Amino acid sequence: MASIKEEEVKLIGNLPSMASRKVEIALQLKGIKYEFLEEHDLKHNKSPELLKYNPVHKKVPVLIHSGRPIAESLVILEYIDETWTQEPALLPSDPYERASARFWSKFIDDKCYPAVRKYLTLGSETEVESARAEAQEGLQFLENELKGKKYFGGETIGMVDVVAVGVAFWQQTLEEIMQMEPANSCQDFPLLCAWADELLGCSVISDNLPSKDKFSSLIQSRLQFAAAASAASK
Amino acid sequence: MAKGDVKLLGTWASPFALRVEVALKLKSVDYEYLEENLRGGKSELLLKSNPVHKKVPVLLHGDRPVCESLIIVQYIDEVWTYGPSILPSDPYDRAIARFWAAFVEDKVYPSMRAIMTASHEEARAEAVAKFKEVLVLLEDAFVKSSKGKPFFGGDEVGYVDIAFGAFAGWFKVIEKAFNVELFDEATTPNLLAWVDAFLAHPAVKDITPSTDKLLEFAKNFLLPTMKAVAPASQ
Repeated sequence: MASIKEEEVKLIGNLPSMASRKVEIALQLKGIKYEFLEEHDLKHNKSPELLKYNPVHKKVPVLIHSGRPIAESLVILEYIDETWTQEPALLPSDPYERASARFWSKFIDDKCYPAVRKYLTLGSETEVESARAEAQEGLQFLENELKGKKYFGGETIGMVDVVAVGVAFWQQTLEEIMQMEPANSCQDFPLLCAWADELLGCSVISDNLPSKDKFSSLIQSRLQFAAAASAASK
Repeated sequence: MAKGDVKLLGTWASPFALRVEVALKLKSVDYEYLEENLRGGKSELLLKSNPVHKKVPVLLHGDRPVCESLIIVQYIDEVWTYGPSILPSDPYDRAIARFWAAFVEDKVYPSMRAIMTASHEEARAEAVAKFKEVLVLLEDAFVKSSKGKPFFGGDEVGYVDIAFGAFAGWFKVIEKAFNVELFDEATTPNLLAWVDAFLAHPAVKDITPSTDKLLEFAKNFLLPTMKAVAPASQ
């Protein structure tokens, strides 16, 4: 009889969603086979599966294991770690270190991503400056937390690294694509820079991130939208 | 690491600090409570222990700080493994518990704030109606997870009970101050019973501030709102 671990794993996700990316990375890090069910139009046409498996939030990602759904990316990551206990461990075994990993994961999700997103989509100069300062404050905390470790997880990739994948990606791509001063330049955040290089050097990570072209056009359209909105309100 | 020397930095009216106290009481952990003076500015200890958020509660275990109430509750569960388990043992049940705790985190406090700070009757009625929609979802979650027992955790108070129940005292304040019913027999019969069961629990009843004391505190901090609507009883 197959154990529950070997039973069917499906992931309802969406290619542009960073939250979906994080779950895919975690599954691939653990070598778990899964079927990816792509949501093509989250804005106008959510699939019946999504509505059935995540009726509360109607959002991706949703992991379905043996027909049972789990939603919310941080919840999914912990479920993956507890169900498939092979290396790499996403969370350490020591309770204090676990609390620390949960703290930084929440901080990145709740504070860092919204701050960087704001910075990318705001219109006026002053708003951009204040968003940049907010983003940098968050990044400084992360820089301090790295304290010379290879990854946030230590020698191997852990949950915080997976959650922070977007931070690494933005750091590397923005300067190049946008010729725009990113919220985290290597001068200000040398440890984050080294970490991003290390992380994005892993194929399991880089294979799951959008191509630079795709990312560039996404950012361009967001900036155009923001500029138009800003002009319209003047 | 010795299990002695546990301190909790909190404020008496904070539902977030209450979550941690309930968890400590459930596990029969001896701790020292350090009250942060709300009017005196943040203490050195708080700023040093929680430099990122500068907020209570903070658990100090042998001088190592753990921050964010739900993260602290999980830490307590993982360190003090005797006594009742706060999170279930099955990974799927744990994921469900974490999902609903995250839902509570997202929806409950903002809903309560909206009700308490509403500038006029209509706005308040709308805020109450919106909150009741949230409660209907939690009612459904309760039925599924309690399986006929008195708590989300079953026979004993568990993670979601703690996350959500910490606001029970404040629900009573809102009901008294604005003469509204948040829970009712028609839409949330189980939660109606659960609120009182939670407040009567031995780990909760001696540490929950009285409704009148909380009401007085709310009046002092939210004076305009409270004055605008005559309370049901003095």
